[in-house]
Amino acid sequence: MNSSAARVTAGTSDRVLEARELTKRYGDRAALSGVSLAAARGERVAVIGPNGAGKTTLLSILAGIQAPDSGTVSRAPTEIGWVPQQAALYGKLTVAENLRLFARLERSPDVEGTVERMLEMTGLGDRAGDQVGTLSGGNRQRVNIAIGLLGDPPVLLLDEPSTALDPRQRERLWDFVGELRDTTVIYSTHNVQEAERYAGQLVVLADGERLFAGSPRELEQVVGAAELDFEAAFVAFLHQRGH
Amino acid sequence: MRWLFVKDLLILRRSPLLVGLLVVYPIVIAVLIGFALSRGPDKPTVAFLNQLPETGQTIDLGGEQIDASQYADAFFESVDPVRVSSREEAIEKVRDGDVLAALIIPPDVTQKLQSGVEPATLEVYYNAEDPAKRAFVEDTINAQVQRANAALTEQFTEVAVSYIDLLNTGGQFTLLGQTIDILGLTRAETLLTEAQQELPEDSPARAQIQQVIEFAGLARENLDLSDDVLASVGSPIRVDAEIVEGGTTPLTSFAVAIAVTMSLMFVTLLLAAGTLALEREENAFRRLVRGLVSQTALLAEKIGLAAACSLLVSLVMLVGLALFVGLDFARFPLWVLALAAGAIAFAAMGVAIGALAREVRAASLLAFMLALPIAFLALVPSGSVSGGLFTVIDVISHLFPFKHTLDAMDAALNGSGGLLAPLLWLAAVTLAYGAAGRLALRRFA
Repeated sequence: MNSSAARVTAGTSDRVLEARELTKRYGDRAALSGVSLAAARGERVAVIGPNGAGKTTLLSILAGIQAPDSGTVSRAPTEIGWVPQQAALYGKLTVAENLRLFARLERSPDVEGTVERMLEMTGLGDRAGDQVGTLSGGNRQRVNIAIGLLGDPPVLLLDEPSTALDPRQRERLWDFVGELRDTTVIYSTHNVQEAERYAGQLVVLADGERLFAGSPRELEQVVGAAELDFEAAFVAFLHQRGH
Repeated sequence: MRWLFVKDLLILRRSPLLVGLLVVYPIVIAVLIGFALSRGPDKPTVAFLNQLPETGQTIDLGGEQIDASQYADAFFESVDPVRVSSREEAIEKVRDGDVLAALIIPPDVTQKLQSGVEPATLEVYYNAEDPAKRAFVEDTINAQVQRANAALTEQFTEVAVSYIDLLNTGGQFTLLGQTIDILGLTRAETLLTEAQQELPEDSPARAQIQQVIEFAGLARENLDLSDDVLASVGSPIRVDAEIVEGGTTPLTSFAVAIAVTMSLMFVTLLLAAGTLALEREENAFRRLVRGLVSQTALLAEKIGLAAACSLLVSLVMLVGLALFVGLDFARFPLWVLALAAGAIAFAAMGVAIGALAREVRAASLLAFMLALPIAFLALVPSGSVSGGLFTVIDVISHLFPFKHTLDAMDAALNGSGGLLAPLLWLAAVTLAYGAAGRLALRRFA
């Protein structure tokens, strides 16, 4: 499957986000070449691929941080929650102060109520008064995600959310993400198992091109190697496509 | 934007070391400068050896006794003398660093002064290990010798004038204990006129006496001018100074303006550059400018924060300096205006630095490295370097806020020059650096 045969897994009626033919160049290098993507309400979409595939560029364009050279995104950046790879928090402020600041900047109608809700959601109510700089990487990432959710966005973008976390923290992170049932979550990751385990849809990128969009089982079927584990199947898929 | 402002204040409050430095720095500078300005330099310690004999302390000029000790007293007002008993002891004290210099008055000074033929010579020994110390000693001693020379010249002139008056009007003159009666030109002219009238009309001596009478009259009239001539000889050059450009700011008040401007520059640049770069280091910049706040508003918030904080500490510094130096508190609104304009301009420059450097440490280092030469260039006086180089320096200085802030502070504190021109310059510089910072933000994330 290649970009010219873009396949959108979400049904047209319940799509909450759709990106069409996104292209981005940095000088002579094509970071994205006609990449399309669609996601349904509550769907988990994993964007995977080797280094330099264009994962971060794709999420940056969806988040509105960068403008594409061509192509369209169906939602405005303000309707999309974005969680950068590095926690974008103020270490000298407490958990509650970070949440309160961004809730105010989001013009939340009920700032304190929103903060309370996020503290409950992240399970950090007992750490509300602690400065973020004193939190573990996992807890920081939870606050980071909570800030991305402050505006109640229908779509949440997570840029390699578990990179700096140990296995136990990763598990807790994905439990937390799993509770966001009505929110569509699109995340980039290097961890293929994480993509297989938590995503309903995989988008495989390599050298700026979309090589595949479908479920993990469909990827295994494309490779045609039932005896391989998923990571091996993914590597075999890349080899088949010349990467 | 106000929530970002509050957030930054909260972060500053939780950075006690940084806030401590920001508050302590201007206060320490104010106190140090205040002490320096109010106390003035200490007197240099000078070893003093007077080899004049007890009977040779006075100079006899035409019967008038001049006490040399009164000139020594004037010299001691400027130095802290350490009396020594020998030349060797004086030189030893200089060599050991106990005194800055040694001054020896040889025994023949009064004789030479009295003779009026050979100048009297004082001996000075000093340690030249430090060029600054050497220049200080030379300047101090030269200044005092000039004062003594001037005072003696005045005394010599008075004696000479009295001699001339004696020649003119006549009188008594004491020499070597004998009193001599001097006829004087006026009386001589009178006697000659009387003698001439007693001669026969056809006497050839009448014409000769008439010549002598005319000479005496001419000499008397010209000697009347001798007071002014001798005064001119005593002080051949006088200074009539007129300020062509600039104000009449006393040095202490100008030093206050420099100190406040320096502190304002450091505090504002470091705060503005640091707080902007911190947004990137905390990874918050991209999250903020995704729609929560515009990049221009973010820059404005940093400029406002840095300017407000530095304005506050600079005012504290000014009040501190006012304890030492007389400042006119009636001009307080002008102080605030000049400080605010300067703070905003420095803050705009700071955010440009922060946007370019992108990291707190790099931004702080860059701000510091830029601040020192900017201040140095702005303080180079015209005439101290070649004309072409000064033009270059002047153009460069106009590109940065320091010179304009210093001019504004000088005008606000001392009423020197106008305030409007530096304020307009500061507004222009603020816009330029604000635009530069906004452009630099394109590659900030």
